[in-house]
Amino acid sequence: MTTRKEWPLWEVFIRSRDGLHHKHAGSLHAPDAELAIQNARDLYTRRSEGVSIWVVPSARITASEPADKDSLFDPAASKVYRHPTFYTIPEEVTNI
Amino acid sequence: MAEVEKPELVTAVDEAALEATFQARVDAETRVEPRDWMPEKYRKFMVRQISQHAHSEYVGMLPEGNWITRAPTLRRKAALLAKIQDEAGHAAYLYSAAETLGTSRDQMLEDLHSGKAKYSSIFNYPTLTWADIGTIGWLVDGAAIVNQVALCRTSYGPYARAMVRICKEESFHQRQGFEIITTLAHGAPEQKAMAQDALNRWWWPALMMFGPHDADSPNSEIAFKWKVKRQSNDDLRQRFVDMTIPQADYLGLTVPDPDLKWNGETGHYDFGPIDWDEFWRVVKGDGLCNRDRLDARRSAHEDGAWVREAALAHAEKKRAAKSAA
Ligand SMILES: [Fe+2]
Ligand SMILES: [Fe+2]
Repeated sequence: MTTRKEWPLWEVFIRSRDGLHHKHAGSLHAPDAELAIQNARDLYTRRSEGVSIWVVPSARITASEPADKDSLFDPAASKVYRHPTFYTIPEEVTNI
Repeated sequence: MAEVEKPELVTAVDEAALEATFQARVDAETRVEPRDWMPEKYRKFMVRQISQHAHSEYVGMLPEGNWITRAPTLRRKAALLAKIQDEAGHAAYLYSAAETLGTSRDQMLEDLHSGKAKYSSIFNYPTLTWADIGTIGWLVDGAAIVNQVALCRTSYGPYARAMVRICKEESFHQRQGFEIITTLAHGAPEQKAMAQDALNRWWWPALMMFGPHDADSPNSEIAFKWKVKRQSNDDLRQRFVDMTIPQADYLGLTVPDPDLKWNGETGHYDFGPIDWDEFWRVVKGDGLCNRDRLDARRSAHEDGAWVREAALAHAEKKRAAKSAA
């Protein structure tokens, strides 16, 4: 068997309805962006699951390191004053 | 995501500590994601299971493809085409999930084509009549649903997410099959006989889809520990039998098992012994269609090679033209 080059991998994001964010649906192989969108249509919207598609070359995504989870996300855990429930409002005050 | 970092060199002590952390996260029902540290054994186990599952969806198109051009009505043909297209999609979701573990799609296909990788042995049985198409939807997709619902909470995130998507799509597969069988079973005597004949041939292979008894399933223990699997082969098989027998009763068809009877004490159907010799024979390559299936897959892959190469060359040419402009 000759060694062949694989089609590059793309990440697919679908907007399921206007008004909603694009959401990661999965990945697929395609030779270029145009065919990636065609393939994404066939693969991820066979039952009208979308009204818009984004495709991004998987190799172009930079992800945070799982090992950095604590240093990245722990600081937010102690900042309860960022939530409305932290504050005391007198009972008789309404609409706030 | 595709990117999988090369695991760094770790000492045995680090390794044990990492493994303990990994197990603790699994025990706490935290899903394992592609870039998380995982034991090499877990990675290998998942690649094997997910790629086998993908191969099954992929090869599973062949027995049904045999009847597309001979579907009795346009309605049946449209449904069958849509179902087979779904199975291609299922294979694609699963190959992608396996790729997140660092194995390439080409490698997986090569392992399938060389016979190194396995797929569900159910697809090595022939589809002799139109009733087989109905029976496959009813029993084979029915059994697959029972297996796959159980896998929606499996520990590896991308696999679990693929399962959720697949389960949403499977229900139509089973229902279109049941509709075919209902039409035949309630039709002319010849049609009913055809439905019964198909049930006779598919019943036992469908029960084998759940795999060997738990006692004979060497991978079960580790699969439970890693929460890859949460229910035993025998429990899932029993659930399938309990669900299916009332459906067969409705159809007026009889499953080919003289030992089958309702057990009021356990609240389940008892059923006869499974012919595991046949199961292993088919797994090892000696089913009726093993060779046909692999030949069909290999030639589809080889005959399509020029299309894949041309598409890449075309994309390259467009890119070059764009950067020159
Ligand atoms: Fe499927
Ligand atoms: Fe299916």
